[in-house]
Amino acid sequence: MSTLSSTAVNAPFDVEKIREDFPVLKQTVHGKPLVYLDSAATAQKPQVVIDAIRHFHEVDCANIHRGVHELSQRSTAAYEETRAQVRRFLHAKSKDELIFVRGTTEAINLVTATWGRKNIQAGDEIIISAMEHHSNIVPWQMLCEEKDAKLRVIPMNDRGELIMEEYAKLLNPRTRMVAVTHVSNALGTINPVREIIQMAHKAGALALIDGAQSTPHMKVDVQALDADFYAFSGHKVLGPTGIGILYGKKNLLEAMPPYQGGGDMIKVVTFEKTTYNDVPYKFEAGTPNIAGGIGLGAALNYIMKLSADHIAAYEHQLLEYGTERLSEIPGLRLIGTARQKAGVLSFVIEDIHPHDIGTILDKQGIAVRTGHHCAQPVMDFFHVPATTRASLALYNTAAEIDQLVAGIHKVKEVFS
Amino acid sequence: MVHDLYQETILDHSKRPRNYHAMDDANRHADGYNPLCGDKLKLFLRMEGDIVQDASFIGAGCAISTSSASLMTESVKGKTRDEALQLLEKFHELLTTDVSVSKDLGKLVVFCGVRDYPARVKCATLAWHTLKNALTQAAEPATTE
Repeated sequence: MSTLSSTAVNAPFDVEKIREDFPVLKQTVHGKPLVYLDSAATAQKPQVVIDAIRHFHEVDCANIHRGVHELSQRSTAAYEETRAQVRRFLHAKSKDELIFVRGTTEAINLVTATWGRKNIQAGDEIIISAMEHHSNIVPWQMLCEEKDAKLRVIPMNDRGELIMEEYAKLLNPRTRMVAVTHVSNALGTINPVREIIQMAHKAGALALIDGAQSTPHMKVDVQALDADFYAFSGHKVLGPTGIGILYGKKNLLEAMPPYQGGGDMIKVVTFEKTTYNDVPYKFEAGTPNIAGGIGLGAALNYIMKLSADHIAAYEHQLLEYGTERLSEIPGLRLIGTARQKAGVLSFVIEDIHPHDIGTILDKQGIAVRTGHHCAQPVMDFFHVPATTRASLALYNTAAEIDQLVAGIHKVKEVFS
Repeated sequence: MVHDLYQETILDHSKRPRNYHAMDDANRHADGYNPLCGDKLKLFLRMEGDIVQDASFIGAGCAISTSSASLMTESVKGKTRDEALQLLEKFHELLTTDVSVSKDLGKLVVFCGVRDYPARVKCATLAWHTLKNALTQAAEPATTE
């Protein structure tokens, strides 16, 4: 029997009341109450986010940054207020350091396409890690191919922790960039990014941190980390899809060439010459996802009101409880057992394929992710084709973990 | 509940796949791969003229893809190339359309539940895509994409 019971999980806030804020959670799936354990793929949205997007479309809808009319001023103010909110959320020095993008993937591609193209030369080296999402592998690979630069990979151990001694050995005077994830989406590992950044700086390299899976679960302070670039996606922090943020130190952003050309990123255009706008607008060509930006602001406001530290503390208890309950299931092996972990319970069960597990859990109303989680090198490392991943958010409960465990027993029954 | 998908025959063939071995005297081979879930299989055929004399496979996959490969190898033995390709068409129809179940499918009708699980159709068709490649001898591995 488990030494922990679900009642041992104490929330620093009223979880049932929080669940009331998320309309999507109030439904049944295949006749069973929905147990949503796929927040690492995308988080559900609280009513305030849905309302903010709706309010924009119903009341304030206008293009931003150029109209003199009332609606345009309102939409501009609301959109730019999100930038100010993101500054507080990441503790950036200035809101000029925050670029609106579609998501983490575009943020990383923006850096490789602008900073990378300008600064990387043949023979240079870029370091990533063995637990990166494809979005923090492929853009660097493309850059290295174009520039004849070298991509090097920090290995990990069997728990799914980066081997820091090996990282130290990879750093050398040719290292230009170290791009690693703050929290692994497939394993849940929290990487020691402050130390990783310090070591990169000592070697004369810059550091980009993929914050897609950290921002939903913990407080992030880009100044304390001394990150050069930090990227995250709106939809994983309770906001809408199609909006995300690239943070970059202002001096770096100013020295970078623009990303896409078009409206809003310019000051003066003639057929002979164009003067680019200041940062961050230099990187924001075209009408952006205004509704998405406003929704993101509402989401960050919601998280900050609850306190990112409280959310982290609660989710940590849920994770510990889930780890213990899952570990009791015979034949189940957790993939990713780092000592510092957040939000993710990835596992395999002897002789049962993750897709079969996922389908049978779905029939019980339990939504999990099955597959390679866009991290095929991680799957190869653990010699599994795929895993089943239950991922947690602030609205999950210990009772839902119990339902997951019951669901897994049901899966085992079908295949016994 | 889940038994509309995981029927007894499917569970049986996934736990004890038939014709699960490499074939030394095969004269047709094809590889199948589903990048979405990592399912991989290698199919072996021994053709005599136009007739599939023997069929076998090895690989790793979910219950749906393994049982589908197992039942596929059973079904095509003794069939001509054209008959096997026709069976593939009928099987595909079974999974993707609402047409009434053809009696030519025999045991394969156990997969009719898959049509209610669109995300799983590719699991059931992997072996058949691979069969098509083996019969038409395409050079590239079959994929479900």
